[in-house]
Amino acid sequence: MSNYVVQGATGDFEVVIGLEVHAQVTSNAKLFSGAATDFGAEPNAQVSLVDAAMPGMLPTINAECVRQAVRTGLALGAEINKFSVFDRKNYFYADLPQGYQISQFKHPIVGEGTIVLDLDDGVSKEVGVERIHLEQDAGKSMHDQHPQYTYVDLNRSGVALMEIVSKPDMRGPDEAGAYLTKLRTILRYIGTCDGNMEQGSMRADVNVSVRRPGEGLGTRCEIKNVNSIRFVRQAIEVEARRQVDIIEAGGKIDQETRLFDPVKGETRSMRSKEEAHDYRYFPDPDLLPLEFDDAFIDAARASLPELPDAKKTRFMEALGLSDYNASVLVAEAETADYYEALLAAVADKTGKPAAGVASKAANWVLGDLYGALNKAGLAITESPVGAVAGAELLALIEDGTISGRIAKDVFEVMFTTGKNASTIVDEQGLTQVSDTGEIERIIDEVIAANPGQLEQYRAGKDKLIGFFVGQVMKATGGKANPGVVNDLLKPKLDG
Amino acid sequence: MSDIDKATVAKIARLARIKIEDDKLDHLAGEINGILHWIEQLNEVNTDDIAPMASVVDAKLRWRDDQVTDGDKQQAVLKNAPRAEYGFFAVPKVIE
Repeated sequence: MSNYVVQGATGDFEVVIGLEVHAQVTSNAKLFSGAATDFGAEPNAQVSLVDAAMPGMLPTINAECVRQAVRTGLALGAEINKFSVFDRKNYFYADLPQGYQISQFKHPIVGEGTIVLDLDDGVSKEVGVERIHLEQDAGKSMHDQHPQYTYVDLNRSGVALMEIVSKPDMRGPDEAGAYLTKLRTILRYIGTCDGNMEQGSMRADVNVSVRRPGEGLGTRCEIKNVNSIRFVRQAIEVEARRQVDIIEAGGKIDQETRLFDPVKGETRSMRSKEEAHDYRYFPDPDLLPLEFDDAFIDAARASLPELPDAKKTRFMEALGLSDYNASVLVAEAETADYYEALLAAVADKTGKPAAGVASKAANWVLGDLYGALNKAGLAITESPVGAVAGAELLALIEDGTISGRIAKDVFEVMFTTGKNASTIVDEQGLTQVSDTGEIERIIDEVIAANPGQLEQYRAGKDKLIGFFVGQVMKATGGKANPGVVNDLLKPKLDG
Repeated sequence: MSDIDKATVAKIARLARIKIEDDKLDHLAGEINGILHWIEQLNEVNTDDIAPMASVVDAKLRWRDDQVTDGDKQQAVLKNAPRAEYGFFAVPKVIE
């Protein structure tokens, strides 16, 4: 992949990007209270007096949130800190009733790790993870519901977040996009965050700076709260361009917090927030240090499923899939699960080893199945053709009952009616004709009916064999086994 | 530790959203410095080889199970709010 550069009037600039991703921890209850975390409840219906910061309320940590943060750290190959500390990050805002967010500043629960990005053409790149810490989410403010008032809903207040901080290792919008995609895939595989950016359960702060190649790091700007991968990429493009223009005009970059406006396609300063960024961190006196032992870490490790990188390697090495097919199949845990169930069922029905049918099964999932699902706007988990039903269809091709061509028609009927493959084949009489006597009879008829073509073929026009195959298939309604047709036809034509 | 001056007191007050009249700032700076100097006496104690202490009692952080045991009390939560509408807190408009 070629390096991303911003072309200025005076030369090229390189872009340096670091991401802070806020990922909502999958748990039933909040980080420090027993209130629920479900999305979409009535306003303030999932709020305990702890979340509302009533006087005298004390936080008690949710064990599952700790376990989920440790599992996330392990999945990123990161060091796990058996001792960490909660601090208060103080700032004033209407949706923060405590007046501070409980976070981790000096001693986070997870230290350095790595994420491997899958870039174009099978190229990969490692991006460092600096740390992961646990913290509380704030409530939600709505500014557009009333002319004089801001409405505040505290349902999200106190929900556990993991802040996953990368090192400034990314060099362009594509890499930032690949980082978020991969991180989301891993979090969804291990079930520590649902990765749903539309509902705000994953959002990113994007740090961007520019420099001429070979120079040290430039001054960075932080673009807050970007809520889709597409917007992250756009924000980087416009922010890098803005910084290059300032530098080339002889100006200098102010380190500041900015906001991305996707409608106008620009970033703008959030100066109002600048002064508030004096967080006065100090250890939360309501909470003792967070400590756990090796057994806790081992149990968390044992609970991890096969991770996407390992799965991709296995698909390529043990099953012989192409890099591309393996990448697409492992990108979503649901797709990988479907494929593995399908493959196991095909192997079971045909008695063939999985590796022998793996590529055909992969092509079918990514071709016919994906095509139909996309057209119908369905997710793979909603597929009307389940993995076992799909396997039955593939097994019918494998054992020669139907041709690949006929299978496409059968699949269409399966997809719309939900009937299984063998029923459709029986009902519509689609069983492939492999009976050599029957096929031979049809070939003889076709040759007899086309003496002109036969003469030309024998005079050297080899390509006309395609014409004869086509005629035979037409005469059999596409049911003749193409292999048998080829084997029988050529000797007869050659005389 | 350097002394707290008038400007620092004004800044802390603003961050804490406490209104303090200008003529009170000098007096408060003096009080805060008094408290800081008093606490700084602790610097005279030799703390080499002593691990930082998180609590005066020998206790471990208490953990809770991941169960929903609270919530569903919108009325109680909003009860003391100066203004509430449609189940939301209604606060003076926050302008971005």
